[in-house]
Amino acid sequence: MGKVETLNSTKCFHCGDSLPGVAISYDAKEFCCVGCKSVYELLATNNLCDYYNLDENPGLSLKNPVSKVKFNFLDDEQIQKQLIQYRDEKISRITFHMPTMHCSSCIWLLESLYKLEKGVANSRVDFLKKQVSITFHHEVCSLRKLVELLSALGYEPSLNLNDLEGKKKQTNNRKLLYQVGVAGFGFGNIMLISFPEYFGLDSFSSTYFSKLFGFLNMALALPVFLYSAQDYFISAYKSLRKGIINIDFPLALGILVMFSRSSYEVISHTGIGFFDTLAGLVFFLLIGKWVQQRTIDSLSFERDYKSYFPVAVSLINTNEETTLPVNKLKIGDRILIRNNEIIPADSILLKGEAHVDFSFVTGENDPINKILGEIIYAGGRQIGGTIELEVCKTVSQSYLTQLWNSEHFSKGSESTIQSFQTVVSKYFTFVLLALAIGSALFWYWFDPSKSMIAFTSVLIIACPCALALSSPFALGNSMRMLGRSKFYIKSPEVVERMAKINHLVFDKTGTITQAAESEIAFHGKALDENQIHLIHTLCSNSVHPLSRRIVSYLALDHTEKMVINSYSEINGKGLSGIIGDTSIKIGSSSFVNCLSKDAEGEILSTRVYVSIDEVILGYFELNHSYRKGLSDVLQSLGKKRKLSLLSGDNNSERKRLEGFFPKDTQMLFEMSPSEKMLYIHQLKESGDKVGMIGDGLNDAGALKVADIGISVTENTAHFSPGSDVIMDASVFHKLSRFFRYAQNTLNVIKTSFVISLIYNIVGLSFAIQGLLSPVMAAILMPISSISVIVFTTLSTYILARKNQIIE
Amino acid sequence: MKIMFVLIGCSLTLAIGFLIAFIWSVKSGQMEDDYTPSVRILFDDTPFTEEKPSETEIK
Repeated sequence: MGKVETLNSTKCFHCGDSLPGVAISYDAKEFCCVGCKSVYELLATNNLCDYYNLDENPGLSLKNPVSKVKFNFLDDEQIQKQLIQYRDEKISRITFHMPTMHCSSCIWLLESLYKLEKGVANSRVDFLKKQVSITFHHEVCSLRKLVELLSALGYEPSLNLNDLEGKKKQTNNRKLLYQVGVAGFGFGNIMLISFPEYFGLDSFSSTYFSKLFGFLNMALALPVFLYSAQDYFISAYKSLRKGIINIDFPLALGILVMFSRSSYEVISHTGIGFFDTLAGLVFFLLIGKWVQQRTIDSLSFERDYKSYFPVAVSLINTNEETTLPVNKLKIGDRILIRNNEIIPADSILLKGEAHVDFSFVTGENDPINKILGEIIYAGGRQIGGTIELEVCKTVSQSYLTQLWNSEHFSKGSESTIQSFQTVVSKYFTFVLLALAIGSALFWYWFDPSKSMIAFTSVLIIACPCALALSSPFALGNSMRMLGRSKFYIKSPEVVERMAKINHLVFDKTGTITQAAESEIAFHGKALDENQIHLIHTLCSNSVHPLSRRIVSYLALDHTEKMVINSYSEINGKGLSGIIGDTSIKIGSSSFVNCLSKDAEGEILSTRVYVSIDEVILGYFELNHSYRKGLSDVLQSLGKKRKLSLLSGDNNSERKRLEGFFPKDTQMLFEMSPSEKMLYIHQLKESGDKVGMIGDGLNDAGALKVADIGISVTENTAHFSPGSDVIMDASVFHKLSRFFRYAQNTLNVIKTSFVISLIYNIVGLSFAIQGLLSPVMAAILMPISSISVIVFTTLSTYILARKNQIIE
Repeated sequence: MKIMFVLIGCSLTLAIGFLIAFIWSVKSGQMEDDYTPSVRILFDDTPFTEEKPSETEIK
């Protein structure tokens, strides 16, 4: 990754990666690896080369081929049953989540699967959800074969424990769409029928037409009132029982009053009523709700350890290897973990060399070597050879799972930040009720006949429709603007919470540092080619991450192996060996007997010393590489907010970090996952509005407890822990702009509230006098709603451009 | 003016027809995915010609 290999601009025909020194040619096209070539071959022989015409270099790199046995578990009946949605004697239907889908070529190829495999009857892609549902004849093509085919094409479906639990996301926005449809139908038709009344056509109002139109309106408004508006009544009732007055209360009251007064007028032949205003109000409100519910489907924000763990594991059963669903693992089971597989349960190492990468669990970068008989906690990823383990705790009892199920996790995750709408609607409702009752009493004194009219008019005209619309449109729109900038937000409310954050907590590894890439440089005498070769040979024998970094840094083309005599590797110290008749040592300063003059405390980076024939040549220096623009982001965020840093690592980098952060930043090191969570908890108790920015499972607790949790990920297709926001690491330098934009959005909401208040005051001035006519309400209500929608949408768009969030 | 009854009847029947069509479209899942069909419609369904994509096209 990121290595500048050649200046040659030619790209792999399949995946578009830059070509290595020796490219593979086939069919007059060049490929970067055998994997890419074989996909091309497969597609070419099946006349599917259209794939390459739709998009440029659409393929997915296959440099890391999946192991052959990886999908054996799909032959297991039990697992199949849980994954497959529908099955009869002949066909099965299954839906895969495919995070690697990215362009129109992908859609085309996945929908042309039937041309590649006879067993596939049809396949259909939902691009936004990144799903493909496939119907296939399971007797012709087994599930395993299907998944293997997909993986061979580069589209490996993500199969994890979550899929087994059968928790399928329900799409309950269909009901909302029906409600919108019914309300729109009512709104349009009632308007049409009310036109004669608006224009004061007397010939109509006198005769039976007026009566007929009145009853028709009532009939059309009835489904709007009973069906479309029902959620407002339910919500108002529920919150009243809890003793809270939310925005839905004045809305429900307005709707109820409107319907009863209009029905009374129609039945008593005293007027035509406010049915058009009622239907329009409900219609606009539901549109607002719909806008608010349109969230980002392709990303899952509720991920927990279940979406991280694999579906099945290889079980050793008296010399035979079988597969077992992970959640069926029992204590005492013996399991086999291959390279790059995740250890699903706490277990004891029985056989093999374990180098376990816990970076996702602890935040520590370097893999940990485990010795036979040691307990390996779940969640680690094995790197290197195959190991054999004995399970000592079931999946649900494992350390990591326990952390997830701890009390803090379920409790206290609710944010205490109240939305502007909630705060305002409380006062708004009381003022509204006071006005309505006040004007009713006033008229009761002077002209009792007008008392009821004034009372209902106030409630009708002051119905906070525009107020209820401003938040969904402003927040929903800014959420989409941020989404375009790869800052994906779970729901619109999060934007508002973001604006109120006054304390930001950062994780170190993987959040403000780049995970894999560390800067590396050699200091000392320039190495000649022979020396480079020697170092390369020695280091390539070791699996230690530092050796690997050095190997990839030296990157030799010719790799004729030299024989190493008396090779030894001492953990935590270094490597030594004799090649030919030269002895070389690579490792810490004490290991190579380097009498370095610089004091230990001042070394801020990791250094690896090299000596050949007891002569010290110099050292490799490895620095954690911090993200682009880190200092600017932190300084500008720190102007208005407190900042903290929590790290699972030791404090060796403290000095460098202090250069990035503002002066009064609190820095805590060697924090365990639960300590991080507790720290956030304490900050919240002390009244701070806390935002946590982290990555990995070790931050999962803290992310959830914080008012907003932002998880940073290098690749949104990969696993990231559940949080409110998923941010692509490439936009980290824009973080302060995102926060500024959130504050701007909040100001937009406040301004649009003022606009809607102006309309309300105009309407109320008529209503209090008892002069509100249906026509006036029918004009005022849509105008105020539409102007609020236009204002919020336009201003959030303009502000996004101003903050350079969108181009 | 009796024609008004007929006209209102017509307009309402038409409107109800559209409402039913809308409900049907939601039910059949047409509102679930509003992106993929826009891409899908551009795919050529014609039987594939033996012609290989020319080099210049791909660069």
